[in-house]
Amino acid sequence: MELNDIVAKAEAAVAAATTPQELDAVRVEYMGKKGLLTEQLKGLGKLSAEERPAAGQAINVAKQQVQQAINARNEALKQAQLAEKLAAERIDVTLPGRQAQVGGFHPVTQTIQRIQNFFGDLGFRVVEGPEVEDDFHNFDALNIPANHPARADHDTFYFTPKTMLRTQTSGVQIRTMEHEQPPLRIISPGRVYRNDYDQTHTPMFHQVEGLMVDTDVSFTQLKGILEDFLVNFFEESLEVRFRPSYFPFTEPSAEVDVRRKDGQWLEILGCGMVHPKVLESVGIDSEKYTGFAFGMGVERLTMLRYGVNDLRAFFENDVRFLKQFN
Amino acid sequence: MKFSEKWLRSWVNPALDQVGLAEQLSMAGLEVDDVTPVAESFTQVVIGEVVKCWQHPDADKLQVTEVNVGADEPTTIVCGAPNCRQGLKVAVATVGAVLPGDFKIKKAKLRGQPSHGMLCSSSELGLNDDHDGIIELPADAPIGMDYREYLDLDDATFDVDLTANRADCLGVRGIAREVGVLNRLPVNEPEVAAVAVSHDETRAIELQAPAACPRYLGRVVRNVNVKAQSPLWLTERLRRSGVRSIDPVVDVTNYVLLELGHPMHAFDHDKLSGAVQVRMAKDGETLTLLDGKEVTLQDDVLVIADAQQALALAGIFGGEHSGVTTDSQNIFLESAFFSPAAIAGRARRFGLHTDASHRYERGVDPELQRTAMERATQLILAICGGEAGPIVEAKDDSQLPQPQQVVLRQARLAKVLGISIADDDVTDILQRLGFTVTFDGASWDVTVPTFRFDISIEEDLIEEVARVYGYHRIQASAPAAQLRMVQRQEATLPSQRFKALLVDRGYQEAITYSFVDPKHQAMLFDEAAALTLPHPISVEMSSMRVSLWPGLLGAVAHNQKRQQQSLAFCETGLRFLPNETAENGVAQEPMIAGVRAGKVVPEHWSDEDRAVDFYDLKGDVEALLALTGEAERYTFVADAHPALHPGQSAGIFKDGRCVGHLGAIHPQFEKKLGLSGRTFVFELQLAAVQERRLPEAQPVSKYPSIRRDLAIVVPTQLAAGEILKAIENIGVNHLVGLNLFDVYEGTGVADGYRSLALSLTLQHPERTLEDQEINTAVEKVVDMLTNEFGATLRE
Repeated sequence: MELNDIVAKAEAAVAAATTPQELDAVRVEYMGKKGLLTEQLKGLGKLSAEERPAAGQAINVAKQQVQQAINARNEALKQAQLAEKLAAERIDVTLPGRQAQVGGFHPVTQTIQRIQNFFGDLGFRVVEGPEVEDDFHNFDALNIPANHPARADHDTFYFTPKTMLRTQTSGVQIRTMEHEQPPLRIISPGRVYRNDYDQTHTPMFHQVEGLMVDTDVSFTQLKGILEDFLVNFFEESLEVRFRPSYFPFTEPSAEVDVRRKDGQWLEILGCGMVHPKVLESVGIDSEKYTGFAFGMGVERLTMLRYGVNDLRAFFENDVRFLKQFN
Repeated sequence: MKFSEKWLRSWVNPALDQVGLAEQLSMAGLEVDDVTPVAESFTQVVIGEVVKCWQHPDADKLQVTEVNVGADEPTTIVCGAPNCRQGLKVAVATVGAVLPGDFKIKKAKLRGQPSHGMLCSSSELGLNDDHDGIIELPADAPIGMDYREYLDLDDATFDVDLTANRADCLGVRGIAREVGVLNRLPVNEPEVAAVAVSHDETRAIELQAPAACPRYLGRVVRNVNVKAQSPLWLTERLRRSGVRSIDPVVDVTNYVLLELGHPMHAFDHDKLSGAVQVRMAKDGETLTLLDGKEVTLQDDVLVIADAQQALALAGIFGGEHSGVTTDSQNIFLESAFFSPAAIAGRARRFGLHTDASHRYERGVDPELQRTAMERATQLILAICGGEAGPIVEAKDDSQLPQPQQVVLRQARLAKVLGISIADDDVTDILQRLGFTVTFDGASWDVTVPTFRFDISIEEDLIEEVARVYGYHRIQASAPAAQLRMVQRQEATLPSQRFKALLVDRGYQEAITYSFVDPKHQAMLFDEAAALTLPHPISVEMSSMRVSLWPGLLGAVAHNQKRQQQSLAFCETGLRFLPNETAENGVAQEPMIAGVRAGKVVPEHWSDEDRAVDFYDLKGDVEALLALTGEAERYTFVADAHPALHPGQSAGIFKDGRCVGHLGAIHPQFEKKLGLSGRTFVFELQLAAVQERRLPEAQPVSKYPSIRRDLAIVVPTQLAAGEILKAIENIGVNHLVGLNLFDVYEGTGVADGYRSLALSLTLQHPERTLEDQEINTAVEKVVDMLTNEFGATLRE
């Protein structure tokens, strides 16, 4: 047979092989010890010395050509095999993924956390206090002596005439100032209690108290820090107003209202300059030092921020409500 | 404090509309809560006179009337009111009128009789809830006049929520003064002239407690007709201030209270015996009040008494015995100054809160008594007739509040407010407020008028100046402070870190009430002592929690009732344990707790469905403890707890001290708590886990670690934790890992025994371990397990 015919037949056989085994049989048939091309090499001896190099060269070229065909075919078969295997491993990528249960923080906690962050960045330290309080810290030291009419406004849960659930976080101011001298910057978040339960009141709610006492703390600064806070808390320039008010432990005092989207003013915090009697009752020189204090209602801020309508939802802990804040 | 806008404007009338006036008051610190029209809207109601009135021929309860409304012909109207009668002046809704509720008056026939309008009752006009028949107008009411115009009904009630310091504004006079200050307007205070005295009968007054009552004025008014009718202008002003008309004497004292802010009281002169004594009550003395209730008094309660008995709670409430009735002829009027300290808190003690006590406990102008007395006398004489006697005044000057002198320093004003206000402006504001002021270039010497009894220190003046100047005019500035870092202890974990871990593990943070149902709490905690609220919102919210579990279990039950089945909640907060040695008798300990119920993971197409169990929760707790970096200090020990399943509950111990519990809620409580299915809880004292070990870095070994597995057979009741602890405790050389990876009971293992498969991981920091070392280590473990626990190796 002519060399060309052999190569042509070999290439046809390679192309016809559909498995590695068949391909290997083709290789043996042509390239093996007794293969057709190997036989051709053996036939070189019959040629003259002049003819031999050229003929040898031709056979080698033929062998390379067949070997390349085998290699290419081998690669193609492997690819096909892999593709087949991978095709068998196909999955439906649109099926839902595996979920671990997703939890989240209570919206009140999230608001407290945000408030802490804003004030914490300004060097206000977080301080906490007891919730069962005595009348000294909840009232007397805050310039609300026994029988003061302001006490009646507090709807206090008393245990005894001397002990009660705290009605405000302001007592923490006193507990802090009893032990520390100015400069002071603290905020105190926590639960407070009032004996009142209706659409707009729950017997427990949260306040964040703030206090700054230093040598030159003024009302302009109180306005400044609270306006700054409100703009940052709501991330928009809400209209804010400071309205004169009265708290026995601050003077001058103010209530701060923000304008809701419906145009109504909503009261969200009370504040003022710390009353000199309060500073004196804890041994701070009220001539040298001045301070401001504020107390904000966490639920109200949260309601405004996220559009919650019913205060009571915060304490029902319905997961369908809570998960909206995750 | 409620008052009529028109009443106020009769004193001072600024060029502001209703909204503007309300806004101005609010922004001056007199917060206007509400502005409501004094009457609902209605039209075409006019004054008429019933000229004829006869029984309806076909209806027992109806009358047919002819009413003169000023037209050429009388109008025929059928009326069902029993008080309808000939000659009565009435309010007539004519045909075409529209009454509140969009009720249109049309020509009609009632049982065959034509009716061209309606005779109105107060409630039909939306004036009040009286259903006592049609309105009866005075005989001089002008026929044909529009009723709104006649009653001046285009008016509004302002409801001002006054702060406790501004008792001076608990009368129209005080509000008017404030409006005058804000608008730079003079106030037209009605002249109160002394009435002519027409007899000389008096009653002696004895001030026996001059500190509590330093001034008391009394006057006898004789031959008073208490059956007289209070005039419409007066009852309307009362109505618009939220006060009902009772009888002319009460109406007048109420009127003076609203007008001047000064409470008064009237006694039946003929029921009194001897001098009026203003004294402290005797302990145990009793007094029957005007409402018929008897109170027992204490010796810190001020009373008005006569020679026989206590007559009234001074400044709070009158007594039944000496009260004025329609039969009274001679009355004794009281106008007194009681010191706030003597009144404060007393009304509340007797469950009372009256207009008088509200004012006296906040303060009343100590110089206003005579004006109030003359004003009340003037009105009583005008309405009820009678003759006034001379005023007897008993007083103790040494006990009367003196006008306060307060100094306001320019520098202090600037320091507190942070702005400087022009000196002239400050002087002007103080003077407008009625203060007498002298300024020496550095400070203002201020004499405070007696009606501003709330002003006694410099800050009070600073607030007044700021308030009238306008808070909105005080600019904002950023606080300045010395930068100083806040201490942060790395070795203390914030509670937020624990919550974050639980939240990331699927827990929803809950916030539950600190007061819980005492029934549930007593059941779960074996009647453990708890703090009880004497006056709770409800009995279910009356016991202070001794654990966060009752609240969390409530949250689970609430959600399960709403088809939410897979639940995980966590909470941090205080528990309240009665403890005599703790501050205020209660230990208030921060806790962290969690609860899980339902599926362990949300239902998924690929997963097996598994309910949450003890080990899910234990894994959560172990993760919490791992945050401390020293989990080895904590052990879980089977430990009974009254709330928990006896076979599925553990105490969590730190260095041998119990710091928490976890387990399954006792199945017998599930139904009572409204729980569906097994519920697992844990609770830890936060303080016990917040302490964290700071890392001390060790080099990581470069050499291979070797693992050896052991399967041992031990009695089932032997706690696996003890076996693991024992292995850790014997000090196996180079042991870096110990894991229990299989537990097996059943075929091949004898009854009452189980097989535990353990892996030991050994590694040397500086070299590769030799086989012999490894074998020695493993043998040491095996020997210990055999000797200590009777373990056998499983083949």
